Amino acid sequence: MTFFHRHKWLAPWSLLTPGLAWLAVFFVLPLGFLAYQSLQSGIFPSYEFTWEFGNYGDALSDNREQLFRSFRYAAIATLLALAFSYPLAYWIAFRAGRWKNVFLVLVVAPFFVTYLIRTIAWQTILSDDGTVVSVLRTIGLLADDGRLLATSTAVVAGITYNYLPFAILPLYVSLEQIDRRMLEAAEDLYASRRKAFLRVTLPLSLPGIFAATLLTFIPAAGDFINAELLGGPNQAMIGNVIQSKFLALIDYPSAAALSFVLMALIVAAIAVYARIVGSERL
Amino acid sequence: MKALRGRFLDAYATLAIGYMLLPIAVVLLFSFNDPAGRFNYVWQSFTFDNWVDWDAVPGLRDALETSLLIAVLASLTATTLGTLIALALVRHDFRGRAPINFLIFLPMAAPEIVLGASLLTLFLNQSLLDLGFWTIFIAHVMFNISFVVVTVRARLVDFDRHLEEAAADLGATGLETFRLITMPLLWPAILAGALLAFAISVDDFVITYFNSGSEITFPVFVWGQAARGVPPQVNVIGSAVFLAAVGIMLASVIVQTRRRKESTA
Repeated sequence: MTFFHRHKWLAPWSLLTPGLAWLAVFFVLPLGFLAYQSLQSGIFPSYEFTWEFGNYGDALSDNREQLFRSFRYAAIATLLALAFSYPLAYWIAFRAGRWKNVFLVLVVAPFFVTYLIRTIAWQTILSDDGTVVSVLRTIGLLADDGRLLATSTAVVAGITYNYLPFAILPLYVSLEQIDRRMLEAAEDLYASRRKAFLRVTLPLSLPGIFAATLLTFIPAAGDFINAELLGGPNQAMIGNVIQSKFLALIDYPSAAALSFVLMALIVAAIAVYARIVGSERL
Repeated sequence: MKALRGRFLDAYATLAIGYMLLPIAVVLLFSFNDPAGRFNYVWQSFTFDNWVDWDAVPGLRDALETSLLIAVLASLTATTLGTLIALALVRHDFRGRAPINFLIFLPMAAPEIVLGASLLTLFLNQSLLDLGFWTIFIAHVMFNISFVVVTVRARLVDFDRHLEEAAADLGATGLETFRLITMPLLWPAILAGALLAFAISVDDFVITYFNSGSEITFPVFVWGQAARGVPPQVNVIGSAVFLAAVGIMLASVIVQTRRRKESTA
């Protein structure tokens, strides 16, 4: 007989209701309003609901370039983040020994500095009068008037960096959970280290790779901060368009339609990806 | 060959962690810079002035106070609501568990810009509440509930319910059991959820920016300065928060690691 058993009024639904109500009113309902707004037409401030499905077609055709660029940047950044994070997560899980928690703190530490300040630090590092640019110019990897800021490279590098912990942590968790006896068994059966990695470690870490991909790709596709601070007008992503339509141009219907287009494309990309990962595992 | 491969991986890990810390080193370094103009991009000379006069930039202190106040209120509210949901999910069997799990997962998976934009359309289509402090608060509670649920639930799964039954067997009343057994055991999980919510709230820019109206939080303040040149005092705040957070985390981790060593020795 515990507190919760005795007090029948504390049955699950009374525990659930306050939080779920908050999510219903401030998460689900707003999506309804976003949909409602996306089907309006007219000019600010007198938008009217007219089942204006044309907004969706316009959102796609007017922003094809930025949509394509967002998904390209997000895909490249996700691949780079995985390539960077996998060996690091592997090292922490298998080789850092007793101090692995200290290294985990070091890896997460940069993210205790506000996202914006971190990105502004990259602005400083990559700036035209910075050390990196002058070194690259000296060794000839960059033309004498070449820049790093306002390039796709800078934006993709910024996105990759900013979402690294979302790649490292799930990879670490999946690698850490691997039963070390499986690897010993592979060794006993004369598998080379390479083969043991490819046939045991890698397949067992697939859930981590899957989670890392989603956690990096989804926010990356909707990002606008890196493009704003590290890119120029030619690096504008779909997030920049949505942001300026909502907050500067006050073009709510087309901004709302574009938000749904972004979501739909992300869901489609994930579905394709899940298909591929799922079928490989079979 | 084996040793060589190990060395290679050690070297990679060192470089990788160094790379991750590089921007933070820049933030710290430039908090001691005495910039020549408005832009704090080029190293000029060393000074402690920015740390001493951290309050010299108009609007910075207000923004910081707004951020902290919202983070405290939003993390308390979200922790309460989220903990209740986690308790229901772990301790009760009921229908509708799958859709509830899905509803809790969605706000964490959706792109921030969509969360911010949709909430803005809700606020625009009503007249009870103007954009400002309370709309930011509502937004922060909304996206923090899911994180609290996930954090608290993960730790509640290990909760040994026999302890509560034992307390009851020994004659404790329901309230005594809750106060003496349940709460002390739940406390670390709740605290972890609250700290996470606080950290996410202080750091949030995108959703806040959409729903802030003319209210300015610290990230919104930094964004406003970014176009005009960020003053070194912003680096001071960033560095101070970083040093405090990492200091606390490293200290607790090192103490735990030492303790583990002693107990195994």
